[in-house]
Amino acid sequence: MHKIVSTIFLAENIKKIEIEAPRIAKKRKAGQFIMLRVGQTGERVPLTIADADPENGTITVIVQGMGKSTKELNTKEAGDTISDIVGPLGAPSHIENFGTAVSIGGGVGTAIAYPTAVALKKAGNYVITINGARSKELVILEKEMKAVSDEAFITTDDGSYGFHGFVTQKLQELIDSGTKIDFVLAIGPIPMMRAIAEVTRPYNIKTMVSLNPIMVDGTGMCGGCRVTVNNETKFACVDGPEFDAHQVDFKTLTDRNKLYLPEEKQSTDAFAHKCNLQ
Amino acid sequence: MCPQQLTTKERFAIPRQEMPAQNPEVRNKNFKEVNLGYTQELAQKEALRCIQCKDPSCIKGCPVNIKIDQFIKYIADGDFLGAARKIKEDNVLPAICGRVCPQEDQCEKACILTKKYTSVAIGNLERFAADYERETGNVELPAVQAPTGKKVAVIGSGPAGLSCANDLIQLGHSVTVFEALHELGGVLVYGIPEFRLPKEIVKQEIEGLKQLGVKFITNVLAGRTVTVDELLKEEDFDAVFIGVGAGLPWFLGIPGENLLGVYSANEFLTRVNLMKSYQFPNNDTPVFNCKGKNVAVFGGGNTAMDAVRTAKRLGAEHAYIVYRRSETEMPARLEEVHHAKEEGIEFLMLMNPLEFVGDEQQWLTGAKCLRMELGEPDDSGRRRPVPIKDSEFILPIDMAVISIGNGSNPLIKQTTPDIEVSKRDTIVVDLNTMATSKEDVYAGGDIVTGGATVILAMGAGRTAAKAIHEKLLGIINT
Ligand SMILES: Cc1cc2nc3c(=O)[nH]c(=O)nc-3n(C[C@H](O)[C@H](O)[C@H](O)COP(=O)(O)OP(=O)(O)OC[C@H]3O[C@@H](n4cnc5c(N)ncnc54)[C@H](O)[C@@H]3O)c2cc1C
Ligand SMILES: Cc1cc2nc3c(=O)[nH]c(=O)nc-3n(C[C@H](O)[C@H](O)[C@H](O)COP(=O)(O)OP(=O)(O)OC[C@H]3O[C@@H](n4cnc5c(N)ncnc54)[C@H](O)[C@@H]3O)c2cc1C
Ligand code: SF4
Ligand code: SF4
Ligand code: FES
Repeated sequence: MHKIVSTIFLAENIKKIEIEAPRIAKKRKAGQFIMLRVGQTGERVPLTIADADPENGTITVIVQGMGKSTKELNTKEAGDTISDIVGPLGAPSHIENFGTAVSIGGGVGTAIAYPTAVALKKAGNYVITINGARSKELVILEKEMKAVSDEAFITTDDGSYGFHGFVTQKLQELIDSGTKIDFVLAIGPIPMMRAIAEVTRPYNIKTMVSLNPIMVDGTGMCGGCRVTVNNETKFACVDGPEFDAHQVDFKTLTDRNKLYLPEEKQSTDAFAHKCNLQ
Repeated sequence: MCPQQLTTKERFAIPRQEMPAQNPEVRNKNFKEVNLGYTQELAQKEALRCIQCKDPSCIKGCPVNIKIDQFIKYIADGDFLGAARKIKEDNVLPAICGRVCPQEDQCEKACILTKKYTSVAIGNLERFAADYERETGNVELPAVQAPTGKKVAVIGSGPAGLSCANDLIQLGHSVTVFEALHELGGVLVYGIPEFRLPKEIVKQEIEGLKQLGVKFITNVLAGRTVTVDELLKEEDFDAVFIGVGAGLPWFLGIPGENLLGVYSANEFLTRVNLMKSYQFPNNDTPVFNCKGKNVAVFGGGNTAMDAVRTAKRLGAEHAYIVYRRSETEMPARLEEVHHAKEEGIEFLMLMNPLEFVGDEQQWLTGAKCLRMELGEPDDSGRRRPVPIKDSEFILPIDMAVISIGNGSNPLIKQTTPDIEVSKRDTIVVDLNTMATSKEDVYAGGDIVTGGATVILAMGAGRTAAKAIHEKLLGIINT
């Protein structure tokens, strides 16, 4: 059992949750994730470790309520408990001083990119961050991102805040204006990561993406998280989750993530129904 | 019937007592245990078939050398608890082994009766004695020796880890088991289904270990949460036993393997057994809805049988085993093959998948297969299957489960480079002690042998425990 220490909504439906997990807090590195089960009948849900406090033995996750499991998690408050947490899982991000590094986050991907942006800054990179959201209310971690960036940009799809447009357009603008970019990390919805890969490909800019296939164990035992990278089968939970964007087969990933759409809808609807009754 | 009065001839005349089982048409729709277990009468009758050989060959066939003749005599005499205790001198998990050992390749194959008649049903009797002891509430905790002050870490809670922990705690050492998953038992809980091995039995065995003082910590992935070196140096363990099992399922490497509906057996069985997705939506984890669908499992081992029988129970219309050799070459336990057939599983032998095909939305619709025939024997002595020309056809299926074995999980290797591994990434050990190339680190079970059996993993755990004990005692004595 793991106690929740504090929670706060960062935007509608996106909650920051700090949980006791001393072993994980001590060991985690940027780019790694945990799997948690909210309760005894719960799924194992993969979530990136957004931050950790080794002294107090806590980790922080930032969760977007997508379906039953994440919505249920987001109903939890300080003092509540989580049944199981295992981690840190996955290979840590490869961090070095690339020169100029651009960290791009879309939606809740901003939270996933945050720890790696911190590590890139620490390693001596000139860090540019571009964080996109649909509209102003959905922008998260603005202050935190600014603090680790040499240049920080916000984009919104509807133009209600920052740059009006997509993160890809902002990146293209930077490239066009002559900024020499050595490394790009892009984390967000699959279509966004796929589009970023196409922006950087012609310039041969090393680009990493963090993939989010459906997982079960997260320990390399089931093979459910397999992704195709450079025409080879890789297990995202042990070989990843970060891979070279120019080699990822995004189409297969997109298709495979549709596997349980009817079941996801069934449990999400049932959960919403239960919440309404209460 | 007094056993002493029976002549050998009379013993030979008793037929092998059949294991009572649930009706196939009923059980292929539920997850309850298939075999119901011998009654006392059946067990005693079966026990009388044993002629109490002077030099029992059956014992040599058992990897842990259970005193088979002796425990069977106890059963014949009606002292069932005595039988259970005799078995436990050599095997700490008899209720489990009696159910899942490939007896026909081990103890029963070596039984003297096998040549002329049918072997004594050693596995069924072992199961009977263990169940009797448990169900009558007569399991006695073994004595634990005085504390030695030494600490041992066991990584992985499968049969290898559990048996190692069991022996070490009795010898007075402090034992902590670290398990990556949220439940204890390894393949016994996430792989082998409830209908073959009720989870309650595994739970009770583990409960017994807890009562002896073994500490269990779930949700610790060694290599990530804590490394072997950290266990030794920072957490002050005096020795580490690695029993992490196999990992990384193999795929066929043919086109279409990422279509929706293609699973590894590990994923399918983990979703159903560990995550209980057969109770979806009461449990949150979903699994492919097999109801009314056609499912093919590719492979011929125990895992394949478990997967195909699970699919049938989830409502599959047709559930096939597709295997590239013939039935005689299938490595699965005979009983599982027999049970599968009774349950309506269709066996497609000498058939090799070439490609999976799907629809526009990427859902699996079929497997292109090639028919084979048996050619000359290969290195393993098995006749090699060779393709029949122009025999390709498409088997219409909605779900495929690939069950062709596992490689080794590379986590320990990556994070503890001074442990020597083979080309296949299995850990290299001295088979007499299970010691690895790294000081104070031992390993056993599937991570050493590759996918093998419960009893071999258990035996390895015990060998390691003995060696660890001797090593630690040596330290104490100096
Ligand atoms: C390595 C990794 C790190 C992640 N980190 C975070 C994080 O820090 N914060 C966060 O909010 N989410 C993160 N995710 C995604 C998160 O795990 C999923 O949103 C969650 O499992 C959905 O479960 P659910 O029951 O709430 O929704 P479901 O009912 O299962 O799904 C609802 C919707 O989400 C989509 N979905 C399902 N599974 C995934 C998935 N694995 N990834 C993306 N979308 C999915 C479905 O297609 C569906 O449309 C991460 C995923 C991975 C693999
Ligand atoms: C479906 C199926 C059916 C089978 N049927 C039979 C049968 O009928 N008869 C038979 O004799 N054998 C059978 N086997 C084989 C048998 O189950 C295995 O040989 C045996 O379980 C191996 O035991 P083990 O202790 O080495 O590993 P496992 O049982 O695999 O246990 C290893 C444990 O270690 C954990 N672990 C892995 N990595 C780490 C880590 N880094 N840190 C912490 N923990 C970790 C795993 O989660 C797991 O719980 C079957 C196997 C399968 C998959
Ligand atoms: S442990 Fe297995 S091989 Fe040994 S006697 Fe029992 S069933 Fe036979
Ligand atoms: S070999 Fe067969 S008959 Fe002889 S002791 Fe063993 S079980 Fe009994
Ligand atoms: S989630 Fe099972 S192998 Fe990656």
